[in-house]
Amino acid sequence: MKISQTDVEKVARLSRLSLAPEDLETMRGQMDAVLGYVDKLNELDTEGIEPMAHAVPMANAFREDEVKPSIGVERALQNAPASGDECFTVPKVIE
Amino acid sequence: MNSRYEVVIGLEVHVQLTTKTKIFCGCSKDFGQSPNSQTCPVCLGLPGALPVLSRQVVDDAIKAGLATNCQIAPHSIFARKNYFYPDLPKGYQISQFELPICEHGWLDIETEDSGKKRLGITRIHMEEDAGKLTHNDGNSSSVDLNRACTPLLEVVSEPDMRSSDEAIAYLKQLHQIVVYLGICDGNLDEGSFRCDANVSIRPWGQEELGTRAELKNLNSFRFIKQAIEYEVERQIDVIDAGEQVVQETRLFDPDAGVSRSMRGKEEAHDYRYFPDPDLLPLEVSEQWVEEVRQKLPELPAIKKLRYQEQFGLPEYDAGVIVAERALAEYFEALVAKHDNPKICANWVMGEVLSALKDSDLTISECPVTPELLAGILFRISDNTISGKIAKTVFTEVWQSGKTADEVIEAKGLKQVTDTGAIEAIIDEIIAANPNQAAEYRGGKEKMMGYFVGQVMKASKGKANPGMANQLLKKKLAE
Repeated sequence: MKISQTDVEKVARLSRLSLAPEDLETMRGQMDAVLGYVDKLNELDTEGIEPMAHAVPMANAFREDEVKPSIGVERALQNAPASGDECFTVPKVIE
Repeated sequence: MNSRYEVVIGLEVHVQLTTKTKIFCGCSKDFGQSPNSQTCPVCLGLPGALPVLSRQVVDDAIKAGLATNCQIAPHSIFARKNYFYPDLPKGYQISQFELPICEHGWLDIETEDSGKKRLGITRIHMEEDAGKLTHNDGNSSSVDLNRACTPLLEVVSEPDMRSSDEAIAYLKQLHQIVVYLGICDGNLDEGSFRCDANVSIRPWGQEELGTRAELKNLNSFRFIKQAIEYEVERQIDVIDAGEQVVQETRLFDPDAGVSRSMRGKEEAHDYRYFPDPDLLPLEVSEQWVEEVRQKLPELPAIKKLRYQEQFGLPEYDAGVIVAERALAEYFEALVAKHDNPKICANWVMGEVLSALKDSDLTISECPVTPELLAGILFRISDNTISGKIAKTVFTEVWQSGKTADEVIEAKGLKQVTDTGAIEAIIDEIIAANPNQAAEYRGGKEKMMGYFVGQVMKASKGKANPGMANQLLKKKLAE
């Protein structure tokens, strides 16, 4: 067992997930199994191999610095749960 | 300088780039448009949208790296920095973490206290800005995502600075460089050049760094200096009281001149960086770096040396003129027309800069173009007008846009070099001031200044001062 309940609680907090107490153990077991699976890869000798950030052997996709039309305020806000004065409205953020 | 503690400062600067579009989408990044009008699925963080890197941003990052003596990484990647805040639509910021585009740079600075010093630059990386949050009355805040995805370079220094003066010297130089490169408008007020300062203190001789506080919200060079100095005093007080400095972020309040802790927000900063699968790795070839290097403008430090060598300007004058790229361009256009660089420099630093300051204009808005100013200076060198009258002519040219010759002609400002005319004035003045003349003849030589003044006054400044002087000497000796 590598993942503790505290780890699960921390990851949940960072992800803004609220887990019921009875879910904690289930999640712990599942995360443990996933990491255990990934651990299997550690058995390979990767000495001298560059870490790979991407699965495809490609690099450099660029756009030129040319303005393209935006989608407009109305469409930008269309799925917002709350909006006003052309802005997304969110619960007050306390500084 | 504190006798017990050494101050250690590291700086993180966010440089907003002057590209037309955002870093990962084609939305315009013009200022002052109505909220959320410059957004698209990419910068709104809608599911399924694919960010594509702007080539211009990479060019600008390479420019900044070369100008600050960095190594340009042949291979770099983008990473996701994960955190939740309402101005960050995706729940992560696209940035660079491992493998940034530039590393291991330096800048040379000079301060009064510590002289010349080389300061390290750890890294420069590319990232996107967040949106803008405004707090409303009542229980809500408003989010405008026009600024989201705006391209930034983050320039991270080594903790090499030992005083607020060194920090300011570093910042001013970095600011000058990014403005010269044309990659940033340099406007501190509007947040185009933002600085966070990491400040700690340690007893002299101690190797290990003290616990640092990060100061945010520093949007003028003056506030940065104030905030650092306040923070140093605060930490000394904390340690003297037998307590420990806590690692925290502090917000500087320039009105009150104090900073306050933002510790509440700091809880569990764990960004869980990982390579962004949406963005391909970035490969920068040597050829690309060379192409950018060819396009670099002459940087201020080099230009300053050149002005000293090529034009024989004193170091101070050269420094003032290169401080702003547009001013240096003005000066060079002027010396291309008029061959006395020192006189050109004097006029640029004197009349031009003070007139600009008085009328709150920038050098590019200066109504007296280099051509017009050269016209004035020619009339001084060929003795048509005196240096003093030239200032009047300058003001007239500034206001009317006419040439020096037109102004001199219209106002009758041509210098009097006719010996007879000047002698006539002198005769009158000596006759009207017999006592002063007697004093001079009695050996009080400084009365000469009085007489020259009278001649200039009587001729409304038009008498050639050299001639007036000579003729006065002759007449008073009679």
